[in-house]
Amino acid sequence: MSTADDQTVGMSYLESLPRRFLRVYLPLGLIMVFLLFPFYWMAIATFKPDAEMYDYEKYNPFWIVHPTLEHIKKLFIETDYPQWMWNTVIVSVSSTCISLFASVCAAYAIERLRYKGSRYVGLAIFLGYLVPPSILFIPLATIVFQVGLFDGNLALILTYPTFLIPFCTWLLMGYFRTIPYELEECALIDGATRLQILTKITLPLSLPGVISAGIFAFTLSWNEFIYALTFISSSENKTIPVGAITELVNGDVYHWGALMAAALTGSVPVVILYSFFVEYYVSAMTGAVKE
Amino acid sequence: MAVMAEHGVAQVKRSSLWTRAFESRNFLGAMFMVPAIAILVLFLAYPLALGLWLGMTDTKIGGVGRFIGFGNFVSLAKDSVFWLSVFNTIFYTVAASIVKFAIGLYLALLLNERLPFKSIVRAIVLLPFVVPTVLSAIAFWWIYDSQFSIISWVLIKAGLITHYIDFLGDPWNARWSVVVANIWRGVPFVAITLLAGLQTISPSLYEAANLDGATNLQRFRHITLPMLSPIIAVVMTFSVLMTFTDFQLIYTITRGGPINATHLMATLSFQRAITGGNLGEGAAISNAMIPFLVAAILLSFFGLQRSRWQQGGRD
Repeated sequence: MSTADDQTVGMSYLESLPRRFLRVYLPLGLIMVFLLFPFYWMAIATFKPDAEMYDYEKYNPFWIVHPTLEHIKKLFIETDYPQWMWNTVIVSVSSTCISLFASVCAAYAIERLRYKGSRYVGLAIFLGYLVPPSILFIPLATIVFQVGLFDGNLALILTYPTFLIPFCTWLLMGYFRTIPYELEECALIDGATRLQILTKITLPLSLPGVISAGIFAFTLSWNEFIYALTFISSSENKTIPVGAITELVNGDVYHWGALMAAALTGSVPVVILYSFFVEYYVSAMTGAVKE
Repeated sequence: MAVMAEHGVAQVKRSSLWTRAFESRNFLGAMFMVPAIAILVLFLAYPLALGLWLGMTDTKIGGVGRFIGFGNFVSLAKDSVFWLSVFNTIFYTVAASIVKFAIGLYLALLLNERLPFKSIVRAIVLLPFVVPTVLSAIAFWWIYDSQFSIISWVLIKAGLITHYIDFLGDPWNARWSVVVANIWRGVPFVAITLLAGLQTISPSLYEAANLDGATNLQRFRHITLPMLSPIIAVVMTFSVLMTFTDFQLIYTITRGGPINATHLMATLSFQRAITGGNLGEGAAISNAMIPFLVAAILLSFFGLQRSRWQQGGRD
């Protein structure tokens, strides 16, 4: 780009279409192809019969000649997949609810009750957010085993909040901070208790924040892998990610069709949820970083 | 103020200890904190401490460990696989983070342009971050398959190569393959958060720069980058932390192979602790990650302080 052209940018409406195409649309398109191709590949493998999947000479690998539901049928009938999905739903919903409840209380206390030392507690919770599951899973495994939670949904429901609560609390603190004090003061003068203020004023006003935290927490727990891999051993207790990677591979035989079907059907619920709440999801993701 | 006044009224009107306790912010605050603190202490703080302890014992699965001090670290220091995993982790983190930052910033700048269907484009861009990592990693596994890789097929059809590439069988191919998968997963996060940062930069700054005759590059260098630097520091810290402690991608695509060439510290600690049963040694490996993480966090923390100070902020 020459310097003369650079002067005109900022008045980009003056830019000619071909030039804009090269500068914006083409690179954007290429990046989008890179980002979307694995999904396309996943989807196409799910509906491809085995004959086409392993024969690139006769059939164009980019397309399906005879779409089939064989892999999905196999996945749902011959494996514990429906059970894995059910486990994933139970675990995600419960751990999200627990985390939301604990986080709403904690964030309100830190941000609004401002008890002694609340600043430090807030900071400690943020630091908790930075502790990665990869350094916690070994000691957690021994704890889970000793407490007798090993190989059950409860092991996951109780451990997922360790990464959900710090995140949700941090996010909700930001939302609570934006609510004017005056509203709470009015309520206090009218004789409302703290609990009433929380449930009737603060929560309704910060509903977008609660939804954001909930959606993000739900997808985080749906995607969680290392705890589920470590704490669960029997097939019927596994979650989708763990089940797919451990049960659909028999030694060296990879059931690619079923694997892809599991990947696709396991992703669809989160993607649907996400598509309904994109704005909330984005504000959760960026909100946690902005502070 | 009003809180204090209300407190006074409460003391006059009601005097039972119980009701007074419920008016006290410290007591109420403690009550509100109970659920979160209970879970975090039990399942976060305690395991963290227990992990540090386990790393200094020779605990095996199903047995009680003995305290052996730094014995695990001494034996790890002589373990070439451990050092390979340290090298892999650093390589993986540095390579992936640099590219993620470059593509992410570029994508953020592109998305910040006037675009048709902007919100839909943004929603699509974020998809790799939303979808469960393990499940998309399975797709990458299939893309990198030695016999049916679509990349090899396309390159052969284009006449660029003659043999199928052994993506996951050769050490360096495997390393780059997992780095690409990590980049794919991480770019959306970097791009969308940086985009949020870009949108907070006041257009008047650009207008002023335009009037002064600043070029595109100058405006990027002297307005966009400085205004964006605090958020860049935070985003990249998160990105580095997530990459450094990554487990899912490696476990799904290569399981650390070929010949440990892609083992990260996290996957190696899983292999030694859970698969191999040496909890103590595994814990020592994951503890070895902590200094790196603390360094990354401190680096960005002090980086942030400096940039805030440069911008005239106080806190």
